[in-house]
Amino acid sequence: MSTMTIHLKIWRQKNAEAQGHFEKYTLNDVSEHMSFLEMLDVLNEDLIKKGEDPVEFDYDCREGICGSCNLVINGRAHGPKHMTAACQLHMRMYNDGDTIVVEPPRAAGFPVIRDLVVDRNALDRIIEAGGYISVKTGSAPEANIIPVEKDISEEAFDYATCIGCGACVAACPNSSAHLFTAAKIAHLNLLPQGKPEKEKRVVAMVNQMEKEGFGDCSNYAECEAVCPVGVSISSIAQMRKDYLKAIFS
Amino acid sequence: MKLESNVPSGPLEEKWNNHLNDIKLVAPNNKRKYNIIVVGTGLAGASAAASLAELGYNVKTFCIQDSARRAHSIAAQGGINAAKNYPNDGDSVWRLFYDTIKGGDYRSREANVYRLAQNSNHIIDQAVAQGVPFAREYGGLLDNRSFGGAQVSRTFYARGQTGQQLLLGAYQSMMKQVHTGKIKNYPRHEMLDLVVVDGVARGIVSRDLIDGKIHRWEADAVVLCTGGYGNVFYLSTNAKNSNVTAAWRCHKRGAAFANPCMVQIHPTCIPVSGDYQSKLTLMSESLRNDGRVWVPKDPDDERHPNDIPEEDRYYYLEERYPSFGNLVPRDVASRNAKMVTDEGMGVGDTGLAVYLDFRDAIKRDGRDVIEAKYGNLFDMYQNITDDNPYEEPMRIFPAVHYTMGGLWVDYNLMSNIPGLFVAGEANYSDHGANRLGASALMQGLSDGYFIIPYTIGNYLADADLEKIDTAHEAFSVAEKDSTEQIDKILSVQGDKTVIEFHRELGKIMWDKVGISRSAEGLNEAISEIRSLREEFWKNVRVPGEANYYNKYLEFALRVADFFELAELMAEDALDRDESCGCHLREEHQTEEGEALRNDEDYAYVSAWEYKGVNGKLEEVLHKENLEFEFVELKQRSYK
Repeated sequence: MSTMTIHLKIWRQKNAEAQGHFEKYTLNDVSEHMSFLEMLDVLNEDLIKKGEDPVEFDYDCREGICGSCNLVINGRAHGPKHMTAACQLHMRMYNDGDTIVVEPPRAAGFPVIRDLVVDRNALDRIIEAGGYISVKTGSAPEANIIPVEKDISEEAFDYATCIGCGACVAACPNSSAHLFTAAKIAHLNLLPQGKPEKEKRVVAMVNQMEKEGFGDCSNYAECEAVCPVGVSISSIAQMRKDYLKAIFS
Repeated sequence: MKLESNVPSGPLEEKWNNHLNDIKLVAPNNKRKYNIIVVGTGLAGASAAASLAELGYNVKTFCIQDSARRAHSIAAQGGINAAKNYPNDGDSVWRLFYDTIKGGDYRSREANVYRLAQNSNHIIDQAVAQGVPFAREYGGLLDNRSFGGAQVSRTFYARGQTGQQLLLGAYQSMMKQVHTGKIKNYPRHEMLDLVVVDGVARGIVSRDLIDGKIHRWEADAVVLCTGGYGNVFYLSTNAKNSNVTAAWRCHKRGAAFANPCMVQIHPTCIPVSGDYQSKLTLMSESLRNDGRVWVPKDPDDERHPNDIPEEDRYYYLEERYPSFGNLVPRDVASRNAKMVTDEGMGVGDTGLAVYLDFRDAIKRDGRDVIEAKYGNLFDMYQNITDDNPYEEPMRIFPAVHYTMGGLWVDYNLMSNIPGLFVAGEANYSDHGANRLGASALMQGLSDGYFIIPYTIGNYLADADLEKIDTAHEAFSVAEKDSTEQIDKILSVQGDKTVIEFHRELGKIMWDKVGISRSAEGLNEAISEIRSLREEFWKNVRVPGEANYYNKYLEFALRVADFFELAELMAEDALDRDESCGCHLREEHQTEEGEALRNDEDYAYVSAWEYKGVNGKLEEVLHKENLEFEFVELKQRSYK
């Protein structure tokens, strides 16, 4: 098994108010089979033993589905591998002697909590505003009463796979949350179950998105490029269409 | 301690409906007078919180993640069972009930399991109405597939992301209630203690994980939905933050812990590759629908798997279990994988793996069909191992996945502490000694959507609770205990990290309290756990301070609780001197290595009562005898 030496430049910041800076570290004996986060675990074990503060970063499932991890690696949200969350990135993507820069996602809507950990609750508030189908527990009809065309269902699914990591916001030059917001709107608005609240939903969610301080969309499509589950910007077109229809109807 | 199951009388099919007719209701205008705390926002927590808020209760939700949507239910892949019988293959509520109780090797309550099967169909209705994009057929109706331990296709699925989609459905319903103000949501808050006043659960103490501040919260009832404790093994398929702390602190305040030794080891996970490994990744059991499990017959066979001809392959599951083949239940599949690797037939660098081969399925159905079914799982596998499962067999090995044990609850899902309800994986209730695939999502949502909202009303209507506030002495004691523990753990400043201790603890658990257990090994485990725990408190090094975001402090507090739970798990496994389901005592197996149950002496749920004083652990065993009125206890056979 081959091992590597990896140089790291990692953003350190004590809290939201404090000034942050890059700190340099070097790790020897990095295995190519390690995940990127396991490499950071190893760094932290070293730091703890030396009596230094470990690097804080968010993670949970380490399977690419919970959306906790949100590292910006060498300037790219989730790192170099297409359609792969940072937790699913492996060190075999790197070479001996490489320098890797690790930062938090930078956006006004995502204040830093500590080091690489940020507050993404703005995304929850966008969902709160209308990212649901209103159905009280117990009031649902028999599941097969509403047939859904397979193609429609699959397309809705493609948008529903969003893991809420916020990489789209981190990658956007405008720090826009359009892809995140549009993915949920497209998922629900496409389905027959979501039609009754279609217009109310899109207006409420778009308004909330703007209120949270996220920027506008200028069609850079950087969001789609970094999305770890491949949500398409066609959702944004759908959102705009639904929005215009809603406000002019 | 009195363990009243409170199972209603009457025929099995009518118990739940009769109970619903009998239980007391809280009038709509009175519901708003009650405060309910829900801890954990996975399937059970989010669905309970949303449903309770819709009814009009004031709900507070707490989760350790930065968003309620990230609870570990999100990672469930394969599917959710329901007795809809859409494929017309003879399924029914009875069959789902029977498969589940048999799959659990007859160590769960009949009435609970039957109710679970009854609720299963409502869950599918609810989820579809929320917009959960389950797989559909070209006619637009819902599709099903089969899972282990069943001979019908009753599993509804949403690609390999069923948990994600179901959780988002529940989370979105919950967030709607946050918007209306009926739910106050507290992410990045960890419950550190249960507050019990006059023997009744009246609130919790939590720690804000951002600034470290301890908070007190008063309530009329507490619903614990904090998941399982598989991370006691360090390596498991659980998320890194999954832990037992909330449940364990309830246990230390008097809640009985039931069947702690019942741990499911999932047969299809990506094998361990090195010491740095932080977690194990599950490959959904659905893969066993089309993948064939085998090892080379000759332990010294060095050939690439693709070069090993049919006659030199040992398809051990198909040969030993012809009627279920590769779809035997999880415990059986895991045990067999251990058996063949113990005999030296394992594959890969470590010899701790078996093949899961899709060659024949690809030949039969074409690559496109296999890709449509399992594409994301194959990608995940390739991403982690750098091998292409379309071209060569996957290597898989069992890993800790789910814990059937948990806090003891009665039929109403209330613990022995009145006012403390426990739902989802955190309770012990429905899976006995082994959980069947696609049943965890079903149970979490059955508990949260369709049981807790009723049973909590029944409790509150009669509870006659005095008004208290958080200045009450019980809150002060709980806060003081939490603060002192944090100070103590930070002050050790030893040489070994939390992760090093946790990894060592996990190794003891895997070796001696894992797939197979013996009295000798368990006794060794108990003494090793004790001495390691002692060392932990003398030599752990926790970095930093308590008053800011400090992940390793969180871990340290959780590992401290795992150390106590670990001993209880070994003690419980030692007490259960039989084999059943996932619990294999080497002393009790058939000649072929199947679990040998002892219904005469062990048809009970063990419920442990904490009796520790001054930090010394002491647990007293109570037993809830299981009565089987409706099913006949049989030797479980998947031959």
